[in-house]
Amino acid sequence: MPEHTFRVNGQRVTVDVADDVRLLWVLRDILGITGPKYGCGISVCRACTSHLNGREITPCAVPVGTLGPDDEVVTIEGLPGTVGQELHPMQQAWLDHDVVQCGYCQPGQIMAAVALVERVAAEGREITDADLDGLRNICRCGTYARIREAIRAASGR
Amino acid sequence: MTASRRRFLGYVLAAPVLVAAADLVSGESAAAADLTELLDLNDIMTAAALPTSGLISIEVNPDGTVSFALPRAEVGQGITTSTAMLIAEELGVPVRRVRVTLADARPELLFNQLTGASNTTISTFTPIRVAAAVARRRLLDAAATEFRAPVGKLRISDGVVLGPAGQTLDIGKLAEAAASPRTLSVPVELAARENFTVIGKPQNRIDALDAVTGRKKFAMDLAVPDAKPTMLCRPPTINGKVGLVDNLADVLAMPGVTDVVAISTGVAVRAGTFGQCIDAIRALRVTWRAGTVEGKSDATVLKELAAAEIPLGPRPLTPVVEGKFTFHFRSNSAVETNCAIADVRPGRAEIWSALKSPIVAKQTIAAKLGLPVSAVTVHVTEGGGSFGRKLFFDAALEAAEVSQRIGKPVKLMWHRADDSRQGRTHPMATSRVRIAYAGNTVLGFEQRHTSITTDLGHGLGELFTAMAAKLPIGDAAFAQTFFQFSHTSPYRFGVHTRLLAETGKGFNTGSMRNVYSPDTTCARELIVDQVAARMGKDPYRFRRDFLRDERARAVLDRVAQEGGWGRTLPSGVAQGITFHSEYKAVSACLVEIDCRPATVNRPIRDGVGGPRVTRVVFGVDVGLAVNPRGLEAQMMGCVMDGIALALTSSLHLRDGHFLEASWDNYFYTRQWNVPTDLRIIVMPSDSDQPGGAGELGVAASMAAVACAYGRATGAMPTSFPINHGTLSFTPKPTVPPIPASPTDGGTVA
Repeated sequence: MPEHTFRVNGQRVTVDVADDVRLLWVLRDILGITGPKYGCGISVCRACTSHLNGREITPCAVPVGTLGPDDEVVTIEGLPGTVGQELHPMQQAWLDHDVVQCGYCQPGQIMAAVALVERVAAEGREITDADLDGLRNICRCGTYARIREAIRAASGR
Repeated sequence: MTASRRRFLGYVLAAPVLVAAADLVSGESAAAADLTELLDLNDIMTAAALPTSGLISIEVNPDGTVSFALPRAEVGQGITTSTAMLIAEELGVPVRRVRVTLADARPELLFNQLTGASNTTISTFTPIRVAAAVARRRLLDAAATEFRAPVGKLRISDGVVLGPAGQTLDIGKLAEAAASPRTLSVPVELAARENFTVIGKPQNRIDALDAVTGRKKFAMDLAVPDAKPTMLCRPPTINGKVGLVDNLADVLAMPGVTDVVAISTGVAVRAGTFGQCIDAIRALRVTWRAGTVEGKSDATVLKELAAAEIPLGPRPLTPVVEGKFTFHFRSNSAVETNCAIADVRPGRAEIWSALKSPIVAKQTIAAKLGLPVSAVTVHVTEGGGSFGRKLFFDAALEAAEVSQRIGKPVKLMWHRADDSRQGRTHPMATSRVRIAYAGNTVLGFEQRHTSITTDLGHGLGELFTAMAAKLPIGDAAFAQTFFQFSHTSPYRFGVHTRLLAETGKGFNTGSMRNVYSPDTTCARELIVDQVAARMGKDPYRFRRDFLRDERARAVLDRVAQEGGWGRTLPSGVAQGITFHSEYKAVSACLVEIDCRPATVNRPIRDGVGGPRVTRVVFGVDVGLAVNPRGLEAQMMGCVMDGIALALTSSLHLRDGHFLEASWDNYFYTRQWNVPTDLRIIVMPSDSDQPGGAGELGVAASMAAVACAYGRATGAMPTSFPINHGTLSFTPKPTVPPIPASPTDGGTVA
């Protein structure tokens, strides 16, 4: 079976698995990185949302064979490391606003929120209700209102 | 009187460190359990728990932490946090020092390990505090010896015992000294409400840090040795059975696949990764036998319901308002799909799953495996949402079956398509309501609720069966009992009759959050609006005039005031206001909805926009709110459910299967549907007893959205959700039963 080498949360990893196995299963079933959650397998619930080279992805839709040695995957476990702190400001905002209910979708929500805030900042503007309406991550506990509050708070930091 | 109700008997158990315990049935509910005075479902559940003898125990550890294994399931409702608060309050330790885990299935607890009907806080409020108070007393006694001071001069604060001469000793240092070599009974007095410092104060969740860092472990995150990913190839129609597997050997040879085996519910595939399971399932060629609802569709089920409806009484001579409402099938699928780990070996089995009825699960799994109940260990894991789904243990039973068949441990997970199409549903129902009135007086209220049978075979049924002979309603069927007791009559509407008729088995149903109440309340409140209109009364004033008690009127007044009831709004935008009481609580909801074309037709990719609820003010009085911040979170979630039930979320039944296969088909509330103005009001209360709240908010919010929608569009809606008639997606194939994963990376625009 082919070997694939790439970087996850600052560490170089090599896995021996078929090209078309999606990154989500490589992370969870082979590497034991379980922060990204399964919720649909077709990129609609976005519970597995992570970052690839700083951009938001859903690992359930990324064949591992498309990754190369220079590609950097960041999951929720590696998010604090991107800012060199114990917690990313978005995680802290999540705690401050007590956003979590069951918590299952929350790693994906936070990763999507970080990507949104970075995208909006890159466009040099403030976050709007329309931006928040555009978040596609599902939360079946319905904690959407606190997600919005936390993102607004974190984007102001 | 107040003081005597705070005195209880607890225990110190023989152990090397301090272990304080209480009977899970201690509490004043024991004294109040006159069965003719049972008021609602929760009284029955609490009373049913009385004869059980299991103890719950709190352990004080030498490191100063306090451990407690809660015999309930945490699925997001926040009961581990509220439980930690109860212990912190009575013991005098900071909440952060309390470690609440979920207890394994404990059959000796009989009915008392069922998480449902919003009963957890009501039934555990006193026993947990009694155990903590015993621990406190033992720690003080031990410290008194250490300090050589009278115990009355000592106190515990922030996990430290303080002596009269300024001595301090952490409770961890007393964990052994306070232990007992033999079991003792200890009388204690609980803290008085006016002295509470933790209970009733907003508290953030104790598991939040683990959740936001990805460290929180759900069943599929557990590393059980050799428990490899396992999925099922499922039939194209509901509960179809495996006929022949045409290419078993070919699929067994696919990359990563270790086992392929037909079981009672489908063809199981075990592989190195779930991705390889998905590929293998898509490659399987299976001949299927008929399911249990073959050929049925929405239209045929509606006919069955019509045939089963119990007629209303004779039409009175006075004026009446009548309406009939249809509620389509809905999914209680959580984002965590049905899943379980099973390791079945000769003579024993071990199961890990988020289970709200672990005792029944343990007994059922043991029977299926042919093992004694004592040979099956059932671990209750943290759940990724439930909404009633986790009252059942479908995945745990399957995992046990597969593991036994192949003789290997399995980590079994349902695909989202499985969870949506073969998982439990809220059954389709109709509700007919008639209100008779004369002048400004309401003379009678009749409701006939007709539903596809709700499967309640998860332990709550056994609980009621055991209680049936003692109940004031005699030998009525369990579902009828449940229905009657979960439906109090908040309005002075003269003669009430409410009857439930159930028909049609064969669907995989279950109690979805708030069970019958969202539908029955929605139907009732819509007709209440009609009666108010006939009498020329304002809908808020009308409700206020007919509500039975002050607590109910107070919460209605509060939302009307806070939400600006009656304010001027543009054409196509309107308000609705509703009331609902259940679980010893009262609630009211004010909604504003925007039904203008520019809003309704706003473009949403792979989703449904439709009318937008722009404002929700939800008021709730549960009595004593142990954790107001957690209560607020539960109400927010309930409001999101109410919006979905009224407007967007349903399953379409066609030819014996549901069309919906994922979240791009099943339109639960998404960010683009969320009200930008959402306010939850926790009403002040001087009650010293808590009510239940995990489900409470769904009914009033669904009803308020429906009432507002009717007012905005000028026509009372009669079929829910309102967009059910429009299929807003292209159905995914049923063969293969699960879709391939995309390869585009899932990047956003």
